Amino acid sequence: MEQAVQAEKLRPPVTHIGVIGWARHNLFNGVFNSILTIVTLFFLWKVVPPLFRWAFIDSAWHTTGQACRKAAGACWSVISMNYRFILFGFYPYEQQWRPFLAMMILFGLLFYSRDRTHWKKPLAYAWIIGLFTMGLLMKGGIFGLPSVESTQWGGLPLTLLLAVFGLTAAYPLGVILALGRRSKMPGVKVLSIVYIELIRGVPLISLLFMSAIIFPLFLPEGVTFNKILRAQVAIILFTAAYIAEVVRGGLQAMSRGQYEAAESIGLNYYLTMRLVILPQALKIVIPPTVSILISAFKDTSLVVIIALFELLKTTQSVLSNPEWMGFSREAYIFVAILYFLGCFSMSNYSRKLERELSRRD
Amino acid sequence: MNEEISMNTESKVSDKAMIEFIDVHKWFGEFHVLQGIDLTVGKQERIVICGPSGSGKSTLIRCINRLEEHQRGRIVVDGIELTNNIKNIEKIRAEVGMVFQHFNLFPHLTIVENLALGPLWVKKVPKKEAEEAAMVYLEKVHIAEQARKYPGQLSGGQQQRVAIARSLCMNPKVMLFDEPTSALDPEMIKEVLDVMIELAREGMTMIVVTHEMGFAKSVAHRVLFMDFGKIVEGNTPVEFFEHPQHERTKLFLSQILH
Repeated sequence: MEQAVQAEKLRPPVTHIGVIGWARHNLFNGVFNSILTIVTLFFLWKVVPPLFRWAFIDSAWHTTGQACRKAAGACWSVISMNYRFILFGFYPYEQQWRPFLAMMILFGLLFYSRDRTHWKKPLAYAWIIGLFTMGLLMKGGIFGLPSVESTQWGGLPLTLLLAVFGLTAAYPLGVILALGRRSKMPGVKVLSIVYIELIRGVPLISLLFMSAIIFPLFLPEGVTFNKILRAQVAIILFTAAYIAEVVRGGLQAMSRGQYEAAESIGLNYYLTMRLVILPQALKIVIPPTVSILISAFKDTSLVVIIALFELLKTTQSVLSNPEWMGFSREAYIFVAILYFLGCFSMSNYSRKLERELSRRD
Repeated sequence: MNEEISMNTESKVSDKAMIEFIDVHKWFGEFHVLQGIDLTVGKQERIVICGPSGSGKSTLIRCINRLEEHQRGRIVVDGIELTNNIKNIEKIRAEVGMVFQHFNLFPHLTIVENLALGPLWVKKVPKKEAEEAAMVYLEKVHIAEQARKYPGQLSGGQQQRVAIARSLCMNPKVMLFDEPTSALDPEMIKEVLDVMIELAREGMTMIVVTHEMGFAKSVAHRVLFMDFGKIVEGNTPVEFFEHPQHERTKLFLSQILH
């Protein structure tokens, strides 16, 4: 036997394993990468300590505006002293526990709905009751709760309201439009194409303008529509057009064999779509769909244009106060964090969904 | 497949026609794919159709369940005329099962769900009953142990057997096979053909488009040769293979029987 039993196991040289090995392999493998690493480290050294100092060490956390100006670092007081207005807008101060509670109910329902094994009848009832309760809390008028008109709703609850209803209604409408566009019936097909191309051809802002200014002109004297409702419809119609095109892409990717197998078994159009085609097509287009939904979530900020005080607008209002003028960095960082939390949880969930659904493959 | 299966191919073909093609023509754009097809398939008759690519054999059987639409002539399935009438199409599809070359199982459903889908939603059978019936058919094609798996986890031969079981769950009167083994590795062809032979033994009316001549010899009542959209020749297997009449048939046979 040529192979001698080695008395001692030879280990690779220390420069190739462990931390040094990792650094050598990933950061310093080659001239270009080494230079890049050095430049990046230099950049981080220049930026991170001052940033840290600005944000955490020299910052003011709970002071007045004047005290803030004296501080060298970030003025987080603009948030801590104004968070009630930033988050709730013009909602009456003493009643702000109501939108807060409504948001908690929403977060609770959303969190529970993450798990698809929970998607049974009781959850549907929970949502219906939950939505009803949220509406009740916001509007009031009964059970001893003073009435709060929707014109006073603002801040985060308004953003969430527009986003949640907007996205949940836009998705099925988008799917229907996509099916309509692929329909063999010429009337349905033309209507769908016209809708999609018209809506995609204009920015959301113009739709919001139209809903706020032009649409009321067509209504009979004295008939008014809730402004939030109009904004909501505009957001739904807009997002649906984009979802329609993405879903259409998914439908096109389906092989004919699936349609044919379904037809051979005797499934009609509706059953074929519902049981065979849509489950597969919608799964394929989860990534672009979630992109659209994330965009739509952020687009709710555009309703400032029709004087609805959602989260971004309330923040801007705080900054226009002389006491807090000039601290836009801190204020917008805070708003950005809130938007990030919303968008990131959506994309996180979509990754989770995709992982679950691809276990079948 | 070298066994001689003794299949009683003389009797059991009744006089009542299951499927009738009367001067059927079809065009794909300018291409005249079916040029005057006249064909009668009796109840419990087993037909094998062979021929070169582009001869129209797949199109012919796909016209039977309206996956393709014929432009001229008449097709009658079990007494029901095949027209644009949706009700007729649905009635016919309920009686005709089809097995595809590429299986076409539903990848997002388990095997059992694939089988139970039709009975559950088209025949409105209760879920438990549908799943129990599905298990019976899975037993029949010898694949019951895979019931909870997904199609992507099965081999080609297994998938095709599931596809056959799926069609059988709808209790069809006719089974159409469009090159059922053409996409399979050679070692899996036998398991699928065995299932088809058992089906034949039970008296199912079958039309099979295939290149598996061994299967044709042992199971078919008639073998048809198609070329350029016409049925050139058709005869019992013995006559067809030993005494082909037309030059084109002889040429084709010499090419595939090697």
